[in-house]
Amino acid sequence: MSPAIELIAINKSFGTVHANKDVNLRVERGTIHGIVGENGAGKSTLMSILYGFYEADSGEVHVNGKTISIRSPNDAIHAGIGMVHQHFMLVEPLSVVDNVMLGAEGGAMLRAGEAKARAELARLARDYGLEIDVDATVGDLSVGLQQRVEILKALYRGADILILDEPTAVLTPAEADALFGLLRSLKEQGKTVILITHKLREIMAITDRVSVMRRGEMVATVETANTSPPELAELMVGRRVLLRVEKAEKAPGAPLLEIDTMSVVDSRGVVRVANASFTVHAGEIVGIAGVAGNGQSELLEAIAGMRHPALGSIRLEGRAIPLSERNPHRMRQLGLLHVPEDRLRMGLVPAFPAFESAILGFSDEPHLGRGPILDHDRLIADLAKKMEQYDVRPPAPRLKSSKFSGGNQQKIVLAREIERNPKVLLVGQPTRGVDIGAIEFIHRRLISLRDAGVAILLVSVELDEIMNLSDRILTMCGGRITGERKASETNEQDLGLLMAGVTDEAA
Amino acid sequence: MSAPLDLPKWADTILVPAISVVAAFLVAGLVVLGIGENPFSATRYLIQGSLGTGEGLGFTLFYMTDFIFVGLAVAVAYHAGLFNIGGEGQATLAGLGIALVLNNLTFLPGFLLIPLGILGAAAFGAAWAAVPGYLQAKRGSHIVITTIMFNWLASVLIVYLLVNVLREPQSMNPETHAFPEQSYIPFMHEVFAVFGIEIPASQLNLTLVLALAASYFVWLLIYRSRLGYAIRVVGSNPAAAVYAGISPARITIIAMVLSGALAGGLAVNELMGYQHRLLLEFTSGYGFVGIAVALMGRAHPVGIILASLLFGILYQGGAELAFEQPAITRDMVVVIGGIIILFAGALDGLFRRAVAHVLTRQKLARA
Repeated sequence: MSPAIELIAINKSFGTVHANKDVNLRVERGTIHGIVGENGAGKSTLMSILYGFYEADSGEVHVNGKTISIRSPNDAIHAGIGMVHQHFMLVEPLSVVDNVMLGAEGGAMLRAGEAKARAELARLARDYGLEIDVDATVGDLSVGLQQRVEILKALYRGADILILDEPTAVLTPAEADALFGLLRSLKEQGKTVILITHKLREIMAITDRVSVMRRGEMVATVETANTSPPELAELMVGRRVLLRVEKAEKAPGAPLLEIDTMSVVDSRGVVRVANASFTVHAGEIVGIAGVAGNGQSELLEAIAGMRHPALGSIRLEGRAIPLSERNPHRMRQLGLLHVPEDRLRMGLVPAFPAFESAILGFSDEPHLGRGPILDHDRLIADLAKKMEQYDVRPPAPRLKSSKFSGGNQQKIVLAREIERNPKVLLVGQPTRGVDIGAIEFIHRRLISLRDAGVAILLVSVELDEIMNLSDRILTMCGGRITGERKASETNEQDLGLLMAGVTDEAA
Repeated sequence: MSAPLDLPKWADTILVPAISVVAAFLVAGLVVLGIGENPFSATRYLIQGSLGTGEGLGFTLFYMTDFIFVGLAVAVAYHAGLFNIGGEGQATLAGLGIALVLNNLTFLPGFLLIPLGILGAAAFGAAWAAVPGYLQAKRGSHIVITTIMFNWLASVLIVYLLVNVLREPQSMNPETHAFPEQSYIPFMHEVFAVFGIEIPASQLNLTLVLALAASYFVWLLIYRSRLGYAIRVVGSNPAAAVYAGISPARITIIAMVLSGALAGGLAVNELMGYQHRLLLEFTSGYGFVGIAVALMGRAHPVGIILASLLFGILYQGGAELAFEQPAITRDMVVVIGGIIILFAGALDGLFRRAVAHVLTRQKLARA
């Protein structure tokens, strides 16, 4: 039987970057095939070629044994390929059935198409267990159900081959399990699934075969049953990596950051954080676990003084911070530094040379220049030194910030904040989009800061990361803190329940 | 979706604009051919008229001075992420500022009056730009809409003032009394004459030096100062500005104030340097040319000076051309200018992509 997909010698360059080098990939029909690789390894480019966003510079695409040319997503859909993007492509104010029909209305008038769509959705629900209220407004659905709509869209268009790009990034552990159940039933019905992920645990749990990409090349394809996470990690990075950073037990010191009944309301009047109270001590990492979008981001921004109105009180080193001082500038002066969640949107300015991004938030520091003029030579020299300490590659302070890989950008941001000797450090998603090699480095650095007595508040949607680094773990759901655990006394299931909003009292 | 385009700096700042200009001239040549005229002789008149004689060069540089100021004005706002379409109105108000200062302080000596006149221009231009800036910062009113509206307001206001308030009672012309003589910014040929060098007389005056100084100042401000850093952060990444503790609202207002003050330079050149009175429509639409200049000059002062020179050549040479080849009217010259703007601004992406492809091919071939 010919494979569902066979890619032969695919090449693709962007400017001077050779994103895919002679990539071969064979995906057997009726299997779940994982693709792993660090950021920038070329996974997304390869899938974009398969889905028709980009055209390969050279190479062949075979689908079900036939050579085809895919020049647009329409061609891909025609060939039976469907894609579920990490960021959903849904129209939130429309109903499920409208979203499913969108782009496949079947004529100028909607009625006939709608009847057909309803019948088809009923069939899909029956065959695959994809139950959903077809008249519900998409914006009202949970993230897990929105993802289901995306999958339905693809199946409705006749997809036999489903590509999922980081599908679990926005799901609770329970929702992720439900997704995996669904993928298995799709597989049993003969569909082919390609799963792009960086979570090795998921690869091990669900895939039949896994392909590893590194620097634009396909370095290995192995049977999942015959491999292990450390082996995959080594293949991805090209050297041995520690997936877990060791840290010694440490008794926390004085309370440095005390948050009392903090609430945040966003510009649309939605309560994002409700009555959050907690304390972070010197020499302690407190992790906030939660599915993305449950108020962690807003909490972090409110503490940093970026979000108003934010009710409740903040105490730094025991001193209550009056509302007038709760702005990012003043909080920095008081020793509360912040590694923001979204480094491309906030942490640095992609269009600036790195040495300018390396003073973001500190451009008023007197020693960085003379009077109103910044001393560029000094900024460049400062960053060159930090780049050496943090092993930033390439060590080129004048290079545009956007040209560094995610991990190296994150190191630039970390260096900027850490080297200013924080008392309290807020860290959001420190390793999102960061390659495994750099993750190890960043984790070590955070642990050594903790050992040096800094109070660290860590927000991450990676449960592994939270469990690995934190001394204490808080869980958030729907803007509330739903639980608190010592890291040594909890596990994934326990946290998963708390993250889903099942509080101690209810349990 | 399109692939990211990363060009080396030299290609981005020199090669692509140069290709744009050449392409624009080729298309303009076709247009000239289309109306049955000889494009080669047209080009010769254009170049000859703008650069070939000392007098022509003087006029070219005079126009260039105008364009530098309005180009810088657009660029400063652009770095803060603002599209200031209101250079025309800001320059108009700056002219009012000049007239009020010069005609009310006639007793002052020149060395005081000239700087005060320039300050008056800057202050009025800045104030006229500050209002849309404030509305954008605090009320979210879009700066493009408000600055366009302010152009109309300025133009109507100045007509009203010149007809009803500022006009000399015995004159029928809607213009003010001539400025006091000591307030005239010296013509370049007068300055050179002091040193015994004779150059042909033209409108060109010392404001050109001010324009070049302003260019250096804008470079220093945008690329080297803390304030310019904040302006660029707001312009390219507002979320990062909030994170950094930089207030986008504050920067928006500051950038518009600076922008309006720079636009005032147009009034200084035209009125204090040449017309020596406030009259209607002295801005001649140059405020809009500033947008093209800034786009073409990549919002960088050096690029703006070069683009201003190009547009100066076009305006002066175009006038000569219309004179020498009457079939090519002034309107035709405007068309040619429009084609250049089209290629330098709107169609820029066309050549960027092609250039990126060629460069990549070469790199791959070498690798």
